[in-house]
Amino acid sequence: MTAAVSQHDPKASAATAGNREQDTAAPLMEIRHLHKRFSLSGDFLEQLKFKSGKLIREQEYVHAINGIDLDIRRGEALCVVGESGCGKSTVARTVMGLLAPSQGEIRYEGQRIDNLSTKELLPYRRRMQMIFQNPYASLNPRMTIQQTLEEPIRLHHPDWSKERVRDQVRDVMDSVGIDSDWGPRFGHEFSGGQRQRIAIARALAVDPEFIVADEPISALDVSIQAQVLNLMMEAQQQRNLTYLFITHDLAVVEHFGTRVAVMYLGMVCELAPTGTLFAKPRHPYTQALLSAIPRLEDDRPQHIRLQGEVPTPVNLPSGCVFHGRCPHANERCRKEVPTLIDVEDGARVACHGVEEGRL
Amino acid sequence: MSDTIVPGRWARFRDSYLLYSFKRDLIAQVSLVIFALLIFAAVFAPWLAPANPYDLAQIDILASELPPFWIDGADPAYLMGTDAQGRDLLSTILYGARVSLIIGFGAVLMQAVIGVSFGLMAGYLGGRVDAFLMRLADIQLSFSTLMVAIIVGALVKAIFGGATFSEYAVPLLVLIIGLAEWPQYARTVRASVLAERSKEYVDAARVMGLKSRRIMFRHILPNTLSPIFVISTVQVANAIISEAALSFLGLGMPETHPSLGSLIKSGFDYIQSGSWWITLIPGAVLVILVLVINLLGDWLRDVLNPRLYKG
Repeated sequence: MTAAVSQHDPKASAATAGNREQDTAAPLMEIRHLHKRFSLSGDFLEQLKFKSGKLIREQEYVHAINGIDLDIRRGEALCVVGESGCGKSTVARTVMGLLAPSQGEIRYEGQRIDNLSTKELLPYRRRMQMIFQNPYASLNPRMTIQQTLEEPIRLHHPDWSKERVRDQVRDVMDSVGIDSDWGPRFGHEFSGGQRQRIAIARALAVDPEFIVADEPISALDVSIQAQVLNLMMEAQQQRNLTYLFITHDLAVVEHFGTRVAVMYLGMVCELAPTGTLFAKPRHPYTQALLSAIPRLEDDRPQHIRLQGEVPTPVNLPSGCVFHGRCPHANERCRKEVPTLIDVEDGARVACHGVEEGRL
Repeated sequence: MSDTIVPGRWARFRDSYLLYSFKRDLIAQVSLVIFALLIFAAVFAPWLAPANPYDLAQIDILASELPPFWIDGADPAYLMGTDAQGRDLLSTILYGARVSLIIGFGAVLMQAVIGVSFGLMAGYLGGRVDAFLMRLADIQLSFSTLMVAIIVGALVKAIFGGATFSEYAVPLLVLIIGLAEWPQYARTVRASVLAERSKEYVDAARVMGLKSRRIMFRHILPNTLSPIFVISTVQVANAIISEAALSFLGLGMPETHPSLGSLIKSGFDYIQSGSWWITLIPGAVLVILVLVINLLGDWLRDVLNPRLYKG
């Protein structure tokens, strides 16, 4: 434990972590006190500034993730939802090691993986893979489908024979529903849905057990979205996969997710089983988010209208990050950062109002 | 089960926009033909040339300064006349073009190897590596090619003597011109790498667990080839011009082993005495060579960069 976390009481989170371990087996992936900042200030020379006659070094950061604790249980599909810029993609990229966390730990089956070198990480790479948002950019335009799919297999199984690699490629192409004769073609010859299938095939090629999907269907046609989603659910059943599914589409969450984490400004404000969350949202932000889903019977919409804008992640608000827009905020919300507390039905909410019974 | 036909490499080339636009561009076609002829003539100079200008036994000093065939007093054995030392000018030009092209392509190869690797590293690794390599490029660019050549040439001549310099003139010139102009490549490659690096296929390769080197050369480099091709044509022309300029100043190829530039220089002294062909004919060959390379480069740039419209 190297990270000193300012915004959390370490004792409290240790205690809740203990509680959770009773109700499930050890989680597949644990995210602890994760912070990620991006510097806005450029290099050293650009950070130097004159202020009241003194030369000082000034650094500004975008706080993309501000202390997240999440467990991902084996076999579940954990959906992360939130509006644009709330840090959900940053969570996905940090979990996959594409970004280094500024603070905090990421553990895979109890083993810390956020500080490993590329080489040490290699065995974990085989077990965790990623599917990207834009299928038009996620396939290398100069590589054929065969090359794209063979590359991860050859990397992780250097001892396999050519025939075995080819068989594996054919199997994985069959399993995502693309014709195995298409191998010598290039990515640009395919439609968006077909490309996303190829991207899924690339992720499945090394038989992973954990897949991070960063808005995998948001760039696709609505008619194709369901197909790709069903494909991912089939793969989950057949291969016993665990998903971390990043999305902003609540209908997808309802269909796909085992549990849902709602994020706002780099923090998790509510974490609950899908049914519980949709039946009884507790956090004021979740309530507003769910009320915004358009419904067919919406002749008298009851949208909760939030006032104001999302605060800038450069200068975070004090206390609860949502207090500026929350209709129930009081003095405590402006001062004290709420932590996730257990409420009934397996839900966890970070809200002083819920804790005090006001809401 | 399926009836998908996968086109082969040649079929894909036949259907490509590259060939289509080439067929419609007369200037590109003429340039390519002339360029191919010049390359052919230079490569096969030992078999095509009527005489070997390096062989002192074949040179007849009495046959010096003979005019080309269309002027009175020409010897039909010397189609383009002879130079001041009695060497057959046509043969000398063929051999000279060979030297110029070797230096041009060699120097560009060297620029490309240094520039592409530095550009890839700077763009992909970023941070301190990027800052260091790009400042190095700035420093290199602040020296002109001529200055580097003068200093290196003078040093080599002073330390090892003129004979050694003459012997190793070709690799030395490749080295000098190659070192002087690598930042052109590095900057171009870095710019395209920065654009490619943010695409998701690079992230996908990283998630796969590939090493940086493999991602750089296997994934990013093939996607930055278009600007590299375009800049290469321009740089070959530049390198040939640089070599000619150095030779003209007496810092390049020695007269015993002339390039086009040193031929122009050796004839320059006789231009006042009426033997203009010794300098003008190699000069014309040099101009044509550089011109067709530049025209081909222009065409290639237009084809590979569809966003660029001709006015």
